[in-house]
Amino acid sequence: MTPSTVPELVDALLAGNRRALARVISHIENNTDLARPLLAALYPRAGRAHIIGVTGSPGTGKSTLVNVLAGVYRQRDLTVGVIAIDPTSPFSGGALLGDRVRMRDLAGDPGVFIRSMATRGSLGGLAQATADVIMVLDAAGFDRIIIETVGVGQSEVEIASAAYTTVVVEAPGLGDEVQAIKAGVLEIADIFAVNKADREGVDRTVMALKMMLSLGAPEKFQVMHHGRMLPVEIPQARTESHAWTPPIIKTIAVSGEGAVELADAIENHRLYLEQSGGRVLRDRLRAATELRMILRDYLLEKLLARTPEDVLKQTIDAVARREIDPYTAVQQLVDQVRNC
Amino acid sequence: MDRKVRVLVAKPGLDGHDRGAKVIARALRDAGYEVIYTGIRQTPEMIAEAALQEDVDVVGLSILSGAHMALVPRVIEELRRLGMEDVVVLVGGIIPDEDVPALLDMGVAGVFGPGTLTSEIVETIENALGRELA
Ligand SMILES: Nc1nc2c(ncn2[C@@H]2O[C@H](COP(=O)(O)OP(=O)(O)OP(=O)(O)O)[C@@H](O)[C@H]2O)c(=O)[nH]1
Ligand SMILES: [Mg+2]
Repeated sequence: MTPSTVPELVDALLAGNRRALARVISHIENNTDLARPLLAALYPRAGRAHIIGVTGSPGTGKSTLVNVLAGVYRQRDLTVGVIAIDPTSPFSGGALLGDRVRMRDLAGDPGVFIRSMATRGSLGGLAQATADVIMVLDAAGFDRIIIETVGVGQSEVEIASAAYTTVVVEAPGLGDEVQAIKAGVLEIADIFAVNKADREGVDRTVMALKMMLSLGAPEKFQVMHHGRMLPVEIPQARTESHAWTPPIIKTIAVSGEGAVELADAIENHRLYLEQSGGRVLRDRLRAATELRMILRDYLLEKLLARTPEDVLKQTIDAVARREIDPYTAVQQLVDQVRNC
Repeated sequence: MDRKVRVLVAKPGLDGHDRGAKVIARALRDAGYEVIYTGIRQTPEMIAEAALQEDVDVVGLSILSGAHMALVPRVIEELRRLGMEDVVVLVGGIIPDEDVPALLDMGVAGVFGPGTLTSEIVETIENALGRELA
């Protein structure tokens, strides 16, 4: 029998039932009626995993690298959850999710669970859905959770904010090195992996990264890694341990060379975050962002539910005709709800 | 609710040509499905486990090797063993006409030869899922 109610699903998931885990993830992705109660039941169980983001340009070898990295963790007796995210086609709404092709060494290992996700709707929505799926894998007891995303655009930065350690994967031969290394990676990279080190031009890529790092280093604090500053009270990390210079690790994902060094670098960063207070800080930032986002959606929903449709329509018309400015209009909408 | 149909496209068996499977995978993406492509040389166990982890609605098997009568029942058996008996199973590739009834008897929802129109596959998927929902 496949579990289907919230308590059945939660009990089965916590007992290690993989079918239940897969079903729960689908409920979250599809935002079904069960999504919220499932998240509420699982949230207290999460918080133990170390979350690793792996991002970089298309074809740099991210999936192949995740394959060998997960292999190293398995040798260390740590369980691994993988979320591989690929874009939804804006034309058809469909998606081709092909990352599993490179992760076949992990097949059949009960200590590994791989889930492919399409970006689907909106940006903010994806970040939240990803965070929720990470939380579910965390509650299911995986020690390390690896998220693969393509590129270093806004969406990757959003998703990276869910990770404790972000690995940016570069590869030689993408043309002019300094150009090829995209702007913005410095802000999110905790570690650089220069993959395809068997190819010509690795050293130039490493040099280019070193140059960028030396230019950008002095201002770099862990708290700023994900570029998120929020107007909330946050605990201060100890100043002397602020500085983390992203190491550059050469890897050959197809042979596994460098995978141990990469895993070691990730674990060093994990320890660094724990000792510097960075992990607590990040959890606090994450909680603040999440609360603000959910609160905003909730209040908006409540307010709109209590605003008669014709009132809303008239207000929109009035703003469009410049009879009233949008700030005053919002004030009126809120007052009108408050007074009834 | 943002329900999307998820399809696993897999190539069981030992032959190493996956061009046909990739063409189907792309066509199904263009039809609006979320297609998980797993690559060549997949064992029935690997396919069923991937179908479970990805929680797919449909499993499409591409078989050119002629081993379909051996492979398909093993995949279906593995899916059942994992509690995935509701999954719609489709078979594509080079399948002699005389084998089709036996495959359908095993629970396969559709068998498609080379040159099948995507719309035919989509129709089979939609019908099969509709039947399941009813
Ligand atoms: N020579 C060489 N090729 C590699 C290496 N790592 C990966 N590749 C190859 O690079 C290609 C892309 O690898 P993937 O792992 O799919 O790359 P990816 O970054 O996950 O790709 P997307 O998810 O499509 O962005 C494959 O053909 C790999 O075999 C490496 O270290 N050296
Ligand atoms: Mg990939």
